[in-house]
Formats: sequence, structure tokens, C-alpha cells
Amino acid sequence: MKYKASIYVTLKGSVLDPQGSAVSKALHALQYEAVDDVRVGKYIEVRLRAASDADAGQQVERMCEQLLTNPVIETYSYTLEATA
Amino acid sequence: MRTAVVQFPGSNCDEDAVKAVVSVMGASAELVWHTTADLSAYDLIVIPGGFSYGDYLRSGAIARFSPVMAAVSAAAARGQYVLGICNGFQILTEAGLLPGALRRNESLQYRCELVDLKVENANTAFSRDYVAGETVRIPIAHGDGNYYVDEAQLAGMEARRQIVFRYASEYNPNGSVADIAGVVNESGNVLGMMPHPERAVHALLGSADGARVFSSILTSWRDAHEHVNA
Repeated sequence: MKYKASIYVTLKGSVLDPQGSAVSKALHALQYEAVDDVRVGKYIEVRLRAASDADAGQQVERMCEQLLTNPVIETYSYTLEATA
Repeated sequence: MRTAVVQFPGSNCDEDAVKAVVSVMGASAELVWHTTADLSAYDLIVIPGGFSYGDYLRSGAIARFSPVMAAVSAAAARGQYVLGICNGFQILTEAGLLPGALRRNESLQYRCELVDLKVENANTAFSRDYVAGETVRIPIAHGDGNYYVDEAQLAGMEARRQIVFRYASEYNPNGSVADIAGVVNESGNVLGMMPHPERAVHALLGSADGARVFSSILTSWRDAHEHVNA
């Protein structure tokens, strides 16, 4: 089976996000006063082959833990979509 | 004493590191390509600064899986000296050979300037030629130098005296936790630092204060060899 994994990487909540702070200030300057917090992250799209949904999920999690994120400062979430 | 300076695609402080080793230590230094699988013949391995693999994904994230990094891990485990400067520091944290991680500078700006550093621990193989507490001037040049460890880890590192250099004179150029500029591993044979000692080995370069990182390593190596021969 073929899958598309949509992976979102962000800094952990406990880690200060300087880009998010800068964007938050800019939004406030543009009068978006309702904005409480901004976190800037990364979106990574991976197309892969896997035997099942569970196999695809396991592969994606291994990739995230080994390379795609730095677990010291980052966290991730993902969605899987069967593409064929 | 034999030194290897590892070259990754995108390293750009490799030649400076070689020149620093040769001029300060009076020893030879060889450039080794990142596909090298065995570093057992060297006493010191320098992971130089630059932008390995374009710093894609995260600084050091891809270089960390280069074939040479297994050899660097093996060398570190054997007790050979490993010195990571700037991008080299980032690579060593990504590889788990040093604690913590380096985030984007708090200012979001790339900082390239001479900074004051306080020598926090002058009792390591890399800092023994300094005097504890003295202030030295060594340049920085980085966008991702904002060192992070959580509070519990920081307390452990402080207790084990793993912090070797801190930004001084009340100027922290990147937002690093506890003003940390350079740390050593628990065994004391792997040092990572964001400032560039190889760019500060002669007064003509603006400062000669970085030279003592290299002379310290040489002194430590000599000591170890005297013990072996005794």
C-alpha cells in the first residue's frame, strides 16, 4: 500500500520559540489583539510504502524519532492517508 | 600527536582548524572526508564549523548520520579527544555525544562578532591552560547557537562541572540557557563550543585567546603519554 504521511514538528511547549514570539509580536502590531500565542514549526510530507496502516505508522514514528525531530527540543504529530 | 579534521559537504572552517592545530600545537593535522570509517589512528578529532549538508532540517541533523560519525562515536568511547566547534558542536549534540541542543538564536539574527567568555572550568583537557574565572575573547559566527537543556539536566551538568565556557560581561549573544558557550561530556574527552577558537590563535586575527584550547589538548595528550610510558 502507498501512503502519504503529513508530519508536523514543533518545539516542545517548555522550549522558548523565538520565531513564534517574533510572529506573535508582528500579529499584535497588525491589531490581531486576540492572538495569545504563536508556535512556528515545520511541515514534512513523506510518501512511503507499507504493508498496513500500523506498519506505516511505525515507520513514520521511527523516522521522526531518529532523524526528522530532535527529541531534546521538539515534538511531532502526524496524519496518514492511504494514496493507492 | 595526530589530528584529524573531518570535512563534511558544507564544512567551511576545516582549513582554519588545520592551520590552528599546526601553528599552535606544532603537530600535523589531516583533513579526512566524511565517508572515512576509521579514526582509530588519531589522538584528536576536530569537527569543524560550517553548514554541513546546508543545515537542512536542523543544523547537524544530517551530518550526524554520515559514515564518519560512527567512527567519531567509537573514538569518543575509546577516550580519544573530540573537539566540536560551532557546526561541530551542533553535530555532536545531534549525535548524542554531548547533552542538549542548539536552537535558533533568540534574536533570530546571525551573530558574527568577538565576544567575552568566562572560563568556567579550567580543569578539563581542553581548558587547562586557562585560569578558572578569567575572561577571554573568542569570535562567534552562528545563527543556531542558542543552547538548551532542561533544568534537571542543567543541574546535573553544573554538579559534574561540564560547563567549560560561558558568555561573559553580561552579554549573551544567542539566548543560551545559563549563558552556556561550551560544554564537555561526562568523561571529559569530548568538548563542544559555539565560539571559534581556531579563528583566535594570533593577535593579528584580533585575539590569540583561542590558542589555549589547542595547547591544552596538547598538554593533556603529553601527560597521558608520559603516564603510558612510565
